[in-house]
Amino acid sequence: MANSATSNTAHTEVPGGHAKGPFPPFDPNVFAPQLIWLALVFGALYLLMSRIALPRIESIFEARRARIAADVDDASSMQSKAQAAGAAYEKTLADAKAAAQATAQSTRDKLATDSAAKRKSLEDQLNAKLADAERSIADTKAQAMSHVTEIATTAAADIVAHLTGKPADVQKIAAAIASTKA
Amino acid sequence: MATGNAIDPIHQFIVAPLAQIRIGGIDASFTNASLFMVVVLLAATFLMIIGTAQKSIVPGRLQSAAEMAYEFVASTVRGTTGTEGMKFFPLVFSLFMFVLLSNLIGLIPYTFTVTSQIVVTFALAGLVILTVIIYGVAKHGTHFLHLFVPSGVAPALLPFIVLIEVISFVSRPISLSVRLFANMLAGHITLKVFGAFVALLLSAGGWAAISPLPLVGIVALTAFELLVAFLQAYVFAILTCVYLNDALHPGH
Repeated sequence: MANSATSNTAHTEVPGGHAKGPFPPFDPNVFAPQLIWLALVFGALYLLMSRIALPRIESIFEARRARIAADVDDASSMQSKAQAAGAAYEKTLADAKAAAQATAQSTRDKLATDSAAKRKSLEDQLNAKLADAERSIADTKAQAMSHVTEIATTAAADIVAHLTGKPADVQKIAAAIASTKA
Repeated sequence: MATGNAIDPIHQFIVAPLAQIRIGGIDASFTNASLFMVVVLLAATFLMIIGTAQKSIVPGRLQSAAEMAYEFVASTVRGTTGTEGMKFFPLVFSLFMFVLLSNLIGLIPYTFTVTSQIVVTFALAGLVILTVIIYGVAKHGTHFLHLFVPSGVAPALLPFIVLIEVISFVSRPISLSVRLFANMLAGHITLKVFGAFVALLLSAGGWAAISPLPLVGIVALTAFELLVAFLQAYVFAILTCVYLNDALHPGH
């Protein structure tokens, strides 16, 4: 019965206790030493707790609170900085966009006016050339028409001379031509 | 085999001197009870002072336990007595730690349970009541006696009410100390009896087959005793707060 032997040794209690005598917790003989040692131990416990342990834990809590508050402050200031940076970025971006648009618009306007001017001058040139050409055509035509009478007169006189065998009356022919032309 | 001691459930409460000390004719021997009081003191110091030595912002395990103990007792004191009761916080905290660690250490086999001695629990309860009386009289003088005279009571009933209040006040240290003492005593006796059952059954031939039953009982009882150990420490602390509240606000 190894087990029961083991359980027999499982008696913590100091040997030498005897079954007779008062119930141990009510034994007045042990009151004095217990009270004396309780006073010593509890007094020491009270001093250690109230002087060292509890103030230390309070200081730990205080430090933690301060740290958390500081961290929260830091975080909120960082956040406002980040927001300001974001706003500045947005503003720069908008400015740059506006500037780019203005540049593009002015370039477009300039190019449009330039090309309009060029086109206008080119058109003017072309119109002038056209007018010149029309005028020279008219001149040439008028010149040609004035020769036509002369040629007709000469040709008619030649034809008449050939047919009649005598010189034609140039003035009559001219009058006849003039009457047909009229 | 099984001797008388093996099944004597009272044997574990015997206080025996480890070193004989006499001061002026008074027995101040260092006993097994004294030894475990010192062990309790060392355990409390280890948890509350060595555990918090690093003062970490992010606590480790031991510091977390110390902070939890602080927060637990502090919220009990604040909830029961209000903020002005915090001047008694070190006292309540020391009482709580002493009772809790005594109860818990006493559950370890081969140890001695300091709080299973009526003289110890009565001394602690007496300390509480003396604190209440001394602080109450110092703070409120004769007004402290209003504690025994509730307001709004019919004059004809007043003598009885005062008598009842006085009896209830006087019985406080008794109930406070006996509650803790009796819980510890009964729990340890029960554990011991069940342990003795195992031993007896094992040495009783065929009956050894059912010896695991009381063993299972011991396991369950040990868990229950852990709860009782904590609960009694809490009850002691919260009743201390309630009594101190009377000293702070008599006449309620």
